[in-house]
Amino acid sequence: MTRSRTAGWVQFAVLAVLALAWVYPLLWIFAASLKDDASIFTDGLSLIPDQWNWQNYVDAWQTAGFARYTLNSLVVTIGSVVVVILRCATAGYVIGRYRFRGRRVVLGVLLAASFIPTGLAIIPVVRLSTELGILDSTLGLILALSAGGNVAGVLLYTGFFAQIPDELEQAAHMDGAGFLRTFFSVMLPLSGPITATVAVVTFIGTWSNFFVPLVFTFSDPDRRTLAVGMLAFQGTNSTDWTGLAAGATMSLVPVLLVFVLLQRYFVEGIAGAVKN
Amino acid sequence: MTLVSTPHARRAAAHRPWIWLFLLPTIVLFGAYTVWPALASIWYSFLNWSGYGPERPFAGWANYQLAFSDPLFWKSIGVTLLIIVVTVPLRVLLALVLAIFLNDPRLPFARVLRTAFFVPVVATTAIIGIVMNFVLDPAGGPVNHVLGNLGIGPVDFLGDASAALWTVMGVHFWKWLGLTLMYWLAALQTIPNDVQEAARVDGASARQRFTHITLPMLAPFVAIITMLTIVETMQIFDLVQTMTGGGPFFSTLVTEVYIYQQAFETARPEYGYASAVGVLLGVLTLVVVGVAAIVSRLIGRKGAVR
Repeated sequence: MTRSRTAGWVQFAVLAVLALAWVYPLLWIFAASLKDDASIFTDGLSLIPDQWNWQNYVDAWQTAGFARYTLNSLVVTIGSVVVVILRCATAGYVIGRYRFRGRRVVLGVLLAASFIPTGLAIIPVVRLSTELGILDSTLGLILALSAGGNVAGVLLYTGFFAQIPDELEQAAHMDGAGFLRTFFSVMLPLSGPITATVAVVTFIGTWSNFFVPLVFTFSDPDRRTLAVGMLAFQGTNSTDWTGLAAGATMSLVPVLLVFVLLQRYFVEGIAGAVKN
Repeated sequence: MTLVSTPHARRAAAHRPWIWLFLLPTIVLFGAYTVWPALASIWYSFLNWSGYGPERPFAGWANYQLAFSDPLFWKSIGVTLLIIVVTVPLRVLLALVLAIFLNDPRLPFARVLRTAFFVPVVATTAIIGIVMNFVLDPAGGPVNHVLGNLGIGPVDFLGDASAALWTVMGVHFWKWLGLTLMYWLAALQTIPNDVQEAARVDGASARQRFTHITLPMLAPFVAIITMLTIVETMQIFDLVQTMTGGGPFFSTLVTEVYIYQQAFETARPEYGYASAVGVLLGVLTLVVVGVAAIVSRLIGRKGAVR
């Protein structure tokens, strides 16, 4: 027993060093966001700033437009999570619990489409949004991020709703609940863990998406999200590195917090990809 | 499908309008943003179309012929495949080793350690790419600062055409190893504890349990995890675009970045040509995944037999 415990601690020590190396670049970004313009160049890889220079955050928030970008990121991400949950839950519910003509076709198209590479879609999606007049709008961006794909979400709901016992539904009917009320007050609340998984995976994916908001905000920098807004720091000759680190920290902390707090649900969503 | 039993079918008739109302968001949104774009891309690839204006005459196979004789297209395919050949086996193997250690029940603080490897996965790729420009900068970046103190360098990690691709691969590997690790940890969860326990009671050593239980039971997952890792690697746009934009001298030009340049980043956009390259990349993805599936299934079978 003692021998195996010692082995456990040796293993721990090796893995801990590796783990620290793995998070080091992120810790360095957080530290750099508090350094001043001179020490960011002279400190090397040190994690401790000479003095805590919060001014970088004030500058990024006020002058570099990060207040705007943060708001945009929040609106776009939350909007996308709502759209994805609504459309995946409703589709998963009827596919999982009803047998109807066309069911196999719907399922077949969903499965086949999950093999399409996502990069292939961007040009037609831009065309479609132009035709609909929503290319330069928040709605257009939210739809471009949330309306396609997410087959895994539909399948998660389908599997979950299919295994709910019929008695539960019959009881709801006895109580006089119709189709809509059965769904919203019995079934959807039951699917809490699935909803959490879909929400967390969608939140993290949307917050970090770069390609779609990049293409959708070419003509309108005010609607940029954090990931795209960071580009404003790049390319000029006198890059404001401490401001960039502060902006990066502001962009990374929300998504990392969501992940660390709700890790279980995210890992479950990823695990679903392997087990299917 | 065994998802449905008879009562559902009976009720389905009464609820038919509701069923289709519930499917409507999926049919409209998924149809417009996934199914139609896939078909439209194929159609666009046969047009001589800049993206502006109504003029888009049918061009037959011209865009495809252009791609096949375009050295930059071939360059981009070569770069994409090289990244896959170098990083995917490394990720799949090292993540497996790491997963086995992190799954050890004797390991203290296993959750904290796992989280450390997961965190770069969820960090926004574009932001990592932009920050890396500074971290790896030859003049003022912290990495070269440290190398300089050691009497090495400066190394122009991203500006030197012979170093840039390896640098991108290194950052890509660091960032995404945790995702493959998540896959392997999920696969390890499928091995029931009582099998291990029974073998232990029968006197099997830790090593015997590993080679005779753990490895054979993981074998079926090699194929799926390799495929998932390949598909992600083909979608490397965010990192390359923000770290190098495909340069210097096209040394990191992956196909996704090349498509983006053709469609959005030039003074004369070519939607038709960009779509053709996109379709070719899609076909290549399917071929690579197919080959990888066959190869890793063979490896998996070998493992299972042993």
